[in-house]
Amino acid sequence: MSPTDWTIAEAGRALAAREVSAVELTAAHNAAIAALNPRLNAFITVTPEQAIAQAEAADQAIAGGAAGPLTGIPIAIKDLFCTAGVRTTAASRILEPFVPPYESTVTGQLLAAGAVFLGKANLDEFAMGSSNITSGFGPVESPWRRGGSDAKLVPGGSSGGSAAAVAARMAMGATGTDTGGSIRQPAAFCGLAGMKPTYGRCSRFGVIAFASSLDQPGPLARTVEDCAILLGAMAGFDARDSTSADRPVPDFRAAVGRGIKGLRIGVPAEYFVAGMNEEIGALWQAGISWARDAGAEIVEIALPHTKYGLPVYYIVAPAEASSNLARYDGVRYGARVEGEDLIDMYERTRAAGFGAEVKRRIMIGTYVLSAGYYDAYYLRAQKIRALILRDFTKAFAKVDAILTPTAPSAAFGIGEKMDDPVTMYLNDVFTVPASLAGVPAMSIPAGLSAEGLPLGLQIIGRHFDEETVFAVGRALERAAGFNAKPAVMAGGNA
Amino acid sequence: MSLDAAAVRRIAKLAHIRLEEPEVETLRNELNAILGYVEQLAEVDVEGVAPLSGGALVAPRARDDVVTDGEIAEAILANAPAREGQFFAVPKVVE
Repeated sequence: MSPTDWTIAEAGRALAAREVSAVELTAAHNAAIAALNPRLNAFITVTPEQAIAQAEAADQAIAGGAAGPLTGIPIAIKDLFCTAGVRTTAASRILEPFVPPYESTVTGQLLAAGAVFLGKANLDEFAMGSSNITSGFGPVESPWRRGGSDAKLVPGGSSGGSAAAVAARMAMGATGTDTGGSIRQPAAFCGLAGMKPTYGRCSRFGVIAFASSLDQPGPLARTVEDCAILLGAMAGFDARDSTSADRPVPDFRAAVGRGIKGLRIGVPAEYFVAGMNEEIGALWQAGISWARDAGAEIVEIALPHTKYGLPVYYIVAPAEASSNLARYDGVRYGARVEGEDLIDMYERTRAAGFGAEVKRRIMIGTYVLSAGYYDAYYLRAQKIRALILRDFTKAFAKVDAILTPTAPSAAFGIGEKMDDPVTMYLNDVFTVPASLAGVPAMSIPAGLSAEGLPLGLQIIGRHFDEETVFAVGRALERAAGFNAKPAVMAGGNA
Repeated sequence: MSLDAAAVRRIAKLAHIRLEEPEVETLRNELNAILGYVEQLAEVDVEGVAPLSGGALVAPRARDDVVTDGEIAEAILANAPAREGQFFAVPKVVE
């Protein structure tokens, strides 16, 4: 087995046993990126020399007996995290020249844990999208193919570059961010595990803001355990984020193997949406059986406001985005287009710098916050958001975790679902409610569609109970036995 | 409720985004599709429900009102598209 095919846990053992050096491990991933990235476009910026330098430091730490579980592990960083001295674009042309003078808290903690950064992963522009098609630096191509077809598929989004990089073995894990499903949906599309932690678990400091009440960093990796290892380093209180949770970080990795005997797992009737894809429905039933076989009790629950989650999201998220993105005006950083006067300069800069989807969302957000429409749209959406949280609170009085599908379909082709924005938004129908409620949720790879594409199951937990989510995720991962590999990957799909 | 072309131009003005004329009709259709989709929220009974503004279960903290950094003008100006000395430079706003 090639080192690029190892899990983070396996690589950690091999590094500790000195079977491989961090420099060798990093060089193998640099080579994989050089070979595959020109085709898949999973990275906007690659930093191979910096990665080798970090790996050399990791080898010294290992030799000195000061290694942790992430020391020398090569990972990809979503290009939404500010990295000191390394260009950070949010996949937007408006930030094309931006080099942050500071490091985000999450990436700083990963560096302190000894992780090696291979480069900055592509995403939908400002994390707004479910396909990676909206990137200002070109779409990411999924390493997966439908059986017998060469059609290019999307990796999902917005953390699509992160997902494609990990699936194609260009990185062992990656950071992502999730606002309405941006970790979980690409994880499902690319056959990975991906965890959106509780809102407040990981600091947002230095993460370029999309919708501040929803944005949450989290990991993507090839196994549930690897996600737990990454989250252990990413999480924790940060005084520089006013919504960061001041509570201890549990031993997530230890929770992975807890088992689920005696747990009560809820199945919400409202997620059986009319016309649900048969394969998705069958996979969900399989997941329910696996949980039962592992000793969990299945409980039917009600989340009555589920269907309003997506429309609430498409008011709240653009409203916050319109405010957050007001800062891109061509004055303090980023690209500028000169104009006749100051206002004209702002308007030309933003017209040239933002792509179509970002402009749409800024416009919707501006409208729903404008005088005369605020109460009817934004305030009403916030009230229904409270009802969605109440649904979860009631459900979690009866169950320990909730099991649903992650996405309504497998990955689609680049260029499909582009007819109108709402069709694309429907991708997030199962992931958005947990985002609105702020509860942790993860996607695990659970099976393949008839066409040979990965499908994911979602596990939702109580606020700050990522441990139970990991335990259920691991139990289902074990039962599913997912071991399919993408068509395009380092070393080839043997 | 449906937006007309004048409303689209007004929103773009508020958002400081310059629109070329062909974009107005495209955006009008797209924005109306989104507004049509969210219309279903009108059917929910929200009587007496307090709005939820954030994902955190507790109110945001206020930090102590003290200076925690400073003397980093060069770092702050390093990304400026235009500068004069230790200032950001913008087109003239006062005649």
